[in-house]
Amino acid sequence: MLKVLKPGLYLTIQDLGRFGFRDIGVPIAGAMDVESVKRANLLLENDENDAVLEITMTGPTLQFDADTYISLSGAHIAATLNNEPIDNYTVVKVEKGDILSYGRLEQGFRGYLAIKGGFQSEKLLNSRSQFYPVTKEARVKDGEEIPYKETLAYEPRISEVKIEEHFEKNTLKVYKGPEFSLLSDAQLSEIFAKSYTVSKENNRMAYQLSELIAGHSHSMLTSGTLPGTIQLTPAGRLIILMKDGQTTGGYPRILQLSEESISILAQKKYGDELNFKLV
Amino acid sequence: MKSYPISIKPFGERAVLVEWPNKVSESILADILDFMDAFKELKIPNWEMSVAYNSLTMVYNQDHIDFEDTKEMIQACHEKQAQSKTERVQHLWTLPVCYDLEFGMDIEEAAKILNLSVKELIKQHTSHQYIVYGIGFLPGFMYLGGLPSTLEIPRRAEPRLKVQKGSVGLASKQTGIYPQDSPGGWNIIGNCPVDLFDPSKKDPCFVKVGDKIQFESISKAEYELHKIEGEVGIYEPEKVVLNA
Repeated sequence: MLKVLKPGLYLTIQDLGRFGFRDIGVPIAGAMDVESVKRANLLLENDENDAVLEITMTGPTLQFDADTYISLSGAHIAATLNNEPIDNYTVVKVEKGDILSYGRLEQGFRGYLAIKGGFQSEKLLNSRSQFYPVTKEARVKDGEEIPYKETLAYEPRISEVKIEEHFEKNTLKVYKGPEFSLLSDAQLSEIFAKSYTVSKENNRMAYQLSELIAGHSHSMLTSGTLPGTIQLTPAGRLIILMKDGQTTGGYPRILQLSEESISILAQKKYGDELNFKLV
Repeated sequence: MKSYPISIKPFGERAVLVEWPNKVSESILADILDFMDAFKELKIPNWEMSVAYNSLTMVYNQDHIDFEDTKEMIQACHEKQAQSKTERVQHLWTLPVCYDLEFGMDIEEAAKILNLSVKELIKQHTSHQYIVYGIGFLPGFMYLGGLPSTLEIPRRAEPRLKVQKGSVGLASKQTGIYPQDSPGGWNIIGNCPVDLFDPSKKDPCFVKVGDKIQFESISKAEYELHKIEGEVGIYEPEKVVLNA
């Protein structure tokens, strides 16, 4: 078991998501920054869908009760194992009783902790990703114990990798959304000429942007939405749906992020700048 | 029955949006469901489909897709669907609702705005069958069509931060049930004790798109009973098989 001594700001268990239930309104959920999770699991020779911990801005304090191997990825948050600093994208041996704790957030917004064999929390509707009300809790609570398998010895084929991080990228690649053609020339030039900042309203469901563009009065029948769908509200606000985002919506879907750009956006926080590029 | 024309649009790297004529109609919905049945017959794994009114979102969970190839495959399937019609089982569900003021905190005000007595409002709300045009917004939330125009009332000016699970609401052309606690701006007229989303069940949402819903007024005592039956897992909502 991994004992959660302190959960930090927002700690969740995530795999790559819950597929096959959008027809009953269940969002995909899953890790926000899929790229970082895949890399950490790859390094541990895990299945890419093995469950990890998603750490948001401030890290948890965690104690291991069995030997294993871990790898950190995603945001750079100063992490220590028994007060010894450890780096992202390194296979780290952990022994029974060891304590992993986190300090300052240096770069990015969401960090990941992958463990050999993946976290073994209950699978619900084919996934371990936390999403209320599929899972009883939306996030990991103080004092919770998260199961994992003991690994006494393991020879990693690669013990560390250098990664070209995506934190510094701030251009999001977008495709035309289903209602792209509703945009006026003025709205189009605003969207692609200006840069935008992430508003305080940003979480696993959606990122809202602070700057408004010209509004509209189009009404449409409710229709499907996906992670990465950019909706335009009548007031001119851009809302980018993320992994816990609802499966249907009634605002025009003007643009759709590339999947790589969803991972880039997942590492942005309040006040960060970004811009859009049509592909 | 004839098929309607469809349009197919790209929707990111692994999805397409298929749209039918832009209106809310039972026969369009039937056409969409026929298409889905025909597509499922192709038995291509990893495609996920969800309906909302006149559109179908199709997502390929396996990989990125080539839009032109996908479009061609969908068009071919749509052209073929008329000949290979499958029998579809659809249900009419009777869902109990307690319209007691304890749950239906907006029912008196709603009745006043609609120029009806509370009794008349309940009678009208329970005497229609509503068609499930989609499930979304929240897990197990049904988009219901067929509300009589005499029950159309605008959303509340200020949404509530918390609407209780099971709350039955009215908002413009829609009526529906909140399957979980949620913020919401609908006028709340009652509460349904049935779980519309239960992830512990093999089929977490018993209602399917294309089914119909009729509400039945129950007393507070019956409400409490259904709640307990639900908790111990012996409550089964009443259903009748409709002809597809």
